Amino acid sequence: MSVSDAPAPPRTARKARTGAGPLLRVLQVLLLPVLLILGWWAGSASSGSFYMPTPAVIAGTFGDVWFGERILTDALPSIGRLLSGFALGAAIGVGLGVVLGLSAPLRAFSEPVLEFFRAIPPPVLVPLLMLLIGVNTPMKLAVIVSGCVWPILLNTIEGVRAVDPVLTDTCRCYGIRGRRRLTTLVLRSASPQIMAGLRQGLSIAIILMVISEMFASNSGLGYAVVEFQRSFAIPEMWTGIVLLGLLGVVLSLLFGLVERRVLAWYHGLRAVTRDG
Amino acid sequence: MLDVTGLQKIYRGKERDVEAVRDLTFRLAEGELACLVGPSGCGKTTLLKCIAGLMEPTSGTVRLAGRDVTGPPPDMAVVFQEYGRSLFPWLTVRGNVELPLKEKKLPKERRAALVAESLEAVGLADAAGAYPWQLSGGMQQRVAIARAIAYEPRVLLMDEPFAAVDAQTRADLEDLIRTLWHRFSMTVLFVTHDIDEAVYLGQRVLVLSSSPTVIQDDVAVDLPDERDQLTTRADPRFTELRGRVYAEIQNAKRGTAAATTD
Ligand SMILES: Nc1ncnc2c1ncn2[C@@H]1O[C@H](COP(=O)(O)OP(=O)(O)O)[C@@H](O)[C@H]1O
Ligand SMILES: [Mg+2]
Repeated sequence: MSVSDAPAPPRTARKARTGAGPLLRVLQVLLLPVLLILGWWAGSASSGSFYMPTPAVIAGTFGDVWFGERILTDALPSIGRLLSGFALGAAIGVGLGVVLGLSAPLRAFSEPVLEFFRAIPPPVLVPLLMLLIGVNTPMKLAVIVSGCVWPILLNTIEGVRAVDPVLTDTCRCYGIRGRRRLTTLVLRSASPQIMAGLRQGLSIAIILMVISEMFASNSGLGYAVVEFQRSFAIPEMWTGIVLLGLLGVVLSLLFGLVERRVLAWYHGLRAVTRDG
Repeated sequence: MLDVTGLQKIYRGKERDVEAVRDLTFRLAEGELACLVGPSGCGKTTLLKCIAGLMEPTSGTVRLAGRDVTGPPPDMAVVFQEYGRSLFPWLTVRGNVELPLKEKKLPKERRAALVAESLEAVGLADAAGAYPWQLSGGMQQRVAIARAIAYEPRVLLMDEPFAAVDAQTRADLEDLIRTLWHRFSMTVLFVTHDIDEAVYLGQRVLVLSSSPTVIQDDVAVDLPDERDQLTTRADPRFTELRGRVYAEIQNAKRGTAAATTD
């Protein structure tokens, strides 16, 4: 390479950013998944293990298993419970979080108890809730709520506490109180933390949705995976795992869309303060 | 109109108490534009918050139009020192200006008219749809002023509003304040640490001593009502008044009483 070649790399890099941009992006997103699938393929094909079917077998089974009755008996009920449990957890977490965030005495009063309950791993509640509520939908919702409520609650408390005192004074000075204060001051200024809490809560809710169905249940994605495993329907079991993974990805993408709308001001503000 | 009597404020701390304001007594007449000048940390913000009903004085009283101020009075607007942080970043400029009017339960058309009028008055008619963080510091300051004016207050309090903007913007904003004061006939209390600004803007300059704070002097500004950045500041009387305020602040530091000569 001659010395005059030296400035070449930046030029190609610039070209990649403009001309080949979208293509490169697609490549970036797909490269690792493709490599992983290929690696798995090579591994499963060469080992010939009964428990490790090749991606082709799993893909072939996927349609048979899920594009039929099971979508109604297992997938949709699971998703329904997941979303209702998450919504319930969000309502409780944000509601209680606002109350506790606004009141220092209440916070001091409830803090030790909250710390204790937060420290209990939610799956351990499943046997207890089964005894108390029975093996039914309310029990499953209770399990989901008991886990996903904590990050939402704690983040909301922090967000509400961190409301800028200058904005608080502004509201007092212009007589903004009650509901309008709650919606335009408190909730909006805590919304970055609330969204962070909701995101964590959502992943926990997915985990607990599966766990609540694994113990004693007769429907749901978690139940289906366990059933397939017990009856040695190994490719079917794998399709359940893949479906759960896909569900997680889709929910996270949807959440990202909502977040981008709700927090547009926040990202704009942050971009400006970073540059300025 | 506004009566401050024997105002004292002591911040109670864990280790020590801070007496921010010792004993302030003054009165503003209806429609007056008074400037309050004093060194940093002498308690200007503290005094303003007590007047605005955002803070309770340790002793003394604030009365507005014959009523004791115990909480924020409904016909008073404040432009805070931290104006950037006083705007809601999730609301547009229009939303920020309109918010207090919604709370006042004004009908929609009236709100729209007030928002348009006040934004036009501060020269931001085009920025109504922007978010505050998309604007420069001087523009944000004008949004805060527009919000205060749209509220149609009888009393407007401003806390060092121009401390953080560049000299040219500052001159423009000073003239804007005089214009708005004429146009909307409010009582204005303008806090600054800048002696020139105080003399240029006010009909009257209240000089605060450094802590423990008392009123060091009360200077009537007998400059013509029509003020101009070039001619007013070149006026020998302006220089004289500025010199007097300056001397009073120096006296305050040394702890001598107010000069009696004019
Ligand atoms: N919340 C507070 N707690 C304790 N001390 C305070 C508080 N706010 C202001 N002070 C003190 O009171 C004095 C006056 O402050 P301030 O009113 O902000 O002055 P200025 O606005 O004139 O700069 C300062 O010494 C400051 O440190
Ligand atoms: Mg101050």
